[in-house]
Amino acid sequence: MNSSQVNRIKDTAFKFFAIACTFFGLLVLAVLLYDILSKGLTRIDWDFIVNLPSRRAANAGIYTALLGMIWILILTVIIAFPIGIAAGIYLQEYGKKNRFANIIEINIANLAGVPSIIYGILGLELFGRILGLGNSILTGSLTLSLLVLPLIIVSTREAIKAVPSSIREAAYGLGATKWQTIYSIVLPSSFGGILTGLILAISRAVGETAPLIVIGALVYVPFAPTNPMDEFTVLTIQIFNWVTRPQAGFVTNAAAAIIILLLFTFMMNGIAVVLRNRYNKKTRF
Amino acid sequence: MISLKERFIEAFLFLCSLLTVLITLGIILILSSETIKFFSEVSIIEFFTETEWTPLFANKKFGILPLVCGTLLVTTIAILVALPLGLTIAVYLNEYANQKFTAVVKPLLEILAAIPTVVYGFFALTFVTPLLQRYIPNLSGFNALSAGLVMGVMIIPYISSLSEDALRAVPKSLREAAYGMGSTRLQTAFKVMVPAASSGIIVSVIMAISRAIGETMIVAIAAGQEPKLTLNPLTSLETITTYIVQVSMGDVPRNSIEYSTIFSAGITLFVFTFLLNNISFVIKRKYHQKYE
Repeated sequence: MNSSQVNRIKDTAFKFFAIACTFFGLLVLAVLLYDILSKGLTRIDWDFIVNLPSRRAANAGIYTALLGMIWILILTVIIAFPIGIAAGIYLQEYGKKNRFANIIEINIANLAGVPSIIYGILGLELFGRILGLGNSILTGSLTLSLLVLPLIIVSTREAIKAVPSSIREAAYGLGATKWQTIYSIVLPSSFGGILTGLILAISRAVGETAPLIVIGALVYVPFAPTNPMDEFTVLTIQIFNWVTRPQAGFVTNAAAAIIILLLFTFMMNGIAVVLRNRYNKKTRF
Repeated sequence: MISLKERFIEAFLFLCSLLTVLITLGIILILSSETIKFFSEVSIIEFFTETEWTPLFANKKFGILPLVCGTLLVTTIAILVALPLGLTIAVYLNEYANQKFTAVVKPLLEILAAIPTVVYGFFALTFVTPLLQRYIPNLSGFNALSAGLVMGVMIIPYISSLSEDALRAVPKSLREAAYGMGSTRLQTAFKVMVPAASSGIIVSVIMAISRAIGETMIVAIAAGQEPKLTLNPLTSLETITTYIVQVSMGDVPRNSIEYSTIFSAGITLFVFTFLLNNISFVIKRKYHQKYE
């Protein structure tokens, strides 16, 4: 066998190895989904959704956790979206050249890599203790808002960057001011991209557990929260609580709650993918 | 002349972006001020040299080493899984697979990174650990091995997607030159493309390490809560993040020394990830300059 044949065999061997690696990743995903569905699917019924938590596994439901999650999400959206989009606009449209913008850019890259549990510690001290908001829904939402802010800023910038400068210049040529150009030309044409980023941010917020544990979210909440100052729990914390209980019934509950959680996550990511594809097709300048 | 309204809007937008700097300052201020309080009661030498971490027991010892060791052990296992798999997948998708295959597989793999980590914790504890126990009888119910393996799978897309982007950014001419010299695809991939994209690949690995060090729920559920200075992946141990969760779930009184340990543990974690993030940012900058 000459060396060129050896090389060709190596090439083919790597190809099969690589296909195996790729399918290994997908296989784990499939096994994970199958395992959770087989453990939890039969547990899901209307009672499971609307029941309050209980010390007996068979009676326990996720009602308060779901409500807590929805409260947290709505407030996070209200707080984080405007600030994130505004910061993204500033960095992309105004502060491109100065040194300060450079510092902010490094800083945002850094914040995106800060572990979520550290945001929990920040929220615990800053919102919980210094501002005196305790372990309320508001503290949780503010904490998650800080967490998703870098994500929103980066995706807003990417979306704005994709708008060609020719249409900006056309707006300036017609006598529009900078803000008029941004508001009526740049933002509408980058809307799809910004929205995609926002949805991914929601998906991220739904899946977070650690920062909310650190700010002191409860694991057992037998009442439905009615205002932003109420104590709360969320779906992920409920799952964590059930997973750590020794009785078998709670593992089934955890699997069932995970199915609900994954429905949310996959729906959000699905919408984001569809939006991105549509947006990519539509806005070819 | 710029109108008042324009100036006002610009100022508002500026304030919003300034907020991100305040977040970083807030994190650093809170972590360090509480840590200074902590070190007024615990000697800094004990913190770095003591080999036991027992702040919640009667006989308190404050050595961070067991938590750091646990964190690094789980991270190492995760990277040993994610790096070879992720890089191989990136090379395959970029050099071998046709575009349609890549277009389907890449988003599917990215689902792995979108699944909430509490779900992976559940999977590690109730599926992977029992499965491994069939082959490794002395594997304990909570262990670093299954937490690390599952975390490794979770971060595959971090490495594969970012590395693939880096490979794709390599100018086509390099690949064509390699083919022109009679190289096989494998030779082209590992002798030309991977070295050319090395800075981007290194960035992807550093970000994956940073992600693994800060990961909380998988280890909190599946790796246990026993701080141990060990390199044995078969026993239970505790990571920095798990410790913070453990204290947060318990009822430790505020202003106690036990309570302030979460800040000293937190700042240790923050320093690790902060350094890694900055290194990757510096490499990224250099690399972009090279190709643009």
